[in-house]
Amino acid sequence: MLETRDLARFFDVSRPLIQRVLAGEGKRMLRAVDGVSFAIPKGKTLSLVGESGCGKSTVARLVVGLYGPTRGEVIFDGQDLAQARSNAAQRRRMQMIFQDPYASLNPRWRVREIISEPIRAFGLLSDRGQIEARVGQLLTQVGLSPLDGQKYPHEFSGGQRQRISIARALSSNPEFLVCDEPTSALDVSVQAQILNLMKDLQRELGLTYLFISHNLAVVRQVSDRVGVMYLGRLVENAPAETLFTTPRHPYTRALMEAIPDLDMTGRQRIPVGGEVPSPISPPSGCPFHPRCPLANDRCKAERPELMPARGTAETQVACHAVEEGRDGGPQLEPAAMAAG
Amino acid sequence: MSNTQPLLEVRNLRVEFPTRRGTLVALDDVSFEIQPGEVLGVVGESGAGKSMTGAAIIGLLEPPGRIAGGQILLNGRRIDNLPYKEMRTVRGREIGAIFQDPLTTLNPLYTVGRQLVETMTTHLPIGPGEARKKAIEWLELVGIPAAAQRIDSYPHEFSGGMRQRVVIALALCAEPKLIVADEPTTALDVSIQAQVIALLKTLAREKGTSMMLVTHDMGVIAETADRVAVMYAGRIAEIGAVRQVVKHPSHPYTIGLMGSIPPITHRLERMQQIEGSMPRLSAIPRGCAYNPRCPQVFARCREERPELTPAGETRASCWLYDAESEQQVLRAGAHA
Repeated sequence: MLETRDLARFFDVSRPLIQRVLAGEGKRMLRAVDGVSFAIPKGKTLSLVGESGCGKSTVARLVVGLYGPTRGEVIFDGQDLAQARSNAAQRRRMQMIFQDPYASLNPRWRVREIISEPIRAFGLLSDRGQIEARVGQLLTQVGLSPLDGQKYPHEFSGGQRQRISIARALSSNPEFLVCDEPTSALDVSVQAQILNLMKDLQRELGLTYLFISHNLAVVRQVSDRVGVMYLGRLVENAPAETLFTTPRHPYTRALMEAIPDLDMTGRQRIPVGGEVPSPISPPSGCPFHPRCPLANDRCKAERPELMPARGTAETQVACHAVEEGRDGGPQLEPAAMAAG
Repeated sequence: MSNTQPLLEVRNLRVEFPTRRGTLVALDDVSFEIQPGEVLGVVGESGAGKSMTGAAIIGLLEPPGRIAGGQILLNGRRIDNLPYKEMRTVRGREIGAIFQDPLTTLNPLYTVGRQLVETMTTHLPIGPGEARKKAIEWLELVGIPAAAQRIDSYPHEFSGGMRQRVVIALALCAEPKLIVADEPTTALDVSIQAQVIALLKTLAREKGTSMMLVTHDMGVIAETADRVAVMYAGRIAEIGAVRQVVKHPSHPYTIGLMGSIPPITHRLERMQQIEGSMPRLSAIPRGCAYNPRCPQVFARCREERPELTPAGETRASCWLYDAESEQQVLRAGAHA
């Protein structure tokens, strides 16, 4: 359904020309996304996880065409994205759900106007009665009442607003949805409602999702495959179950290690040292090497490429240590084993 | 019950917000205590009143919010009715505060060293020279590399995680007996979050500081707290030892809340969810505030408000655990 090939996006964060000349410095580029390739089959969910600043939201925006790529390409259903987007019939097939349901709904529009806008914009229905019926149907589909169309966004709670965003996204009958942290702004009990709703809709409508999140537990619930990003690159891309039972990249393992332990097994946690370096001047070689317990001279000098991991061939991992077998081979994650 | 005097005692606390459309009750009859050296977690969803409880204790309720009833006692002394100036010396010297966003806690115009020194010279009987020496020690203690050099840096020169470490140093440097930490790790990434939690835990243990840890993240509570209070619509729904509340919750809300946390250990076909959402302050239902969403609701829940009563290993405000309503429950159970 969707494929990215060596996708990259840089942002120019240089100071104004005159200051730059006076200070004698060059251009400064923020490499938000630097060579990301993945594919999502129809009807499946790929999740991208990572910490803030790793480039996952930039990938989301590249994939729907809100940003143009600096390098590489996005292929949507066999077509180049730029080409696909110039055609309304193709554009309709992809939609996006944003993180903040307070900011993504126009506060001065009634809910029915918000939801019917894509229908009108793409000219899917022209008859007012038909549009009204469709809006009512969409509201019912996301668990609201057709009467809610009369209200304004401020009359709803955060979870209900996110339902409205989903109804709006669905109104153009899309096949592919990009969900950028759709539940991060919500409380846990509401998060469960929205995740269940998204799963139901996927099953009913055969939707394909690109799901962006920093919450590994949420990602485990919704994904078929998971890509782990670090400083603008994919460091691991594996089937969800494989990733959670046998994480391979040292960064993935560190992330799992850092999750607070609700089961209170009393395991001693070893927090990852250090912080994410600046994407303006990423470290040489493997971007994770300054924080990596397995780093050696090769990691400092040479950038690892994604390749199938020894032992778990379904996993693609960019790590010299895994490639050379210095990581001790696949190891079951203790937290995953405790599940039983 | 232990005989030692609790460090902090909150009795029947009620906080009101007068508005044009009537008075909103943000906290209603909230009572709990914190023992010396204890970490009490306070969890709940947004709007449950957990941050409000913290703000009331440190005397920083946003006007027009005001304490309309109840008492707050620190070491047996009432602090809820102190004049502003006196409260200022309590805050800082006896109660330290850590907030979610380190950028708003730190003054961007002063170096972190100056802020630490000022805090210590205000609250402790030491001079600026000694305070500076201690400030460097504190920065080292919270894990800031090259503390002796970084002490003269401004807050913007630190990263998010480092800034939160500075805030922790600032809250602890006057050696308070109690720390009120409001979502101290929410703004941080998971890997940094783990570092900060570990740091808070060690420091609190080493210094024998009590802590009230307000967060929506049950995982953080499970790792850090000794006891936990679960809040719902301005009231305490359940309170007890953290292990009991997490593993064997009694209140239907706590059960629902625990069930809706996505597990990291396995994939569920469908997650448990609580229907509906928390009521607004202006529309808290009669009786038990949770009754419209409760799967085990029965007649009494819609009429009378439950008090905290012993429920299994914890204490819960729920009529299910009241002897009088047992008959009704059985009937309701048979009905379901």
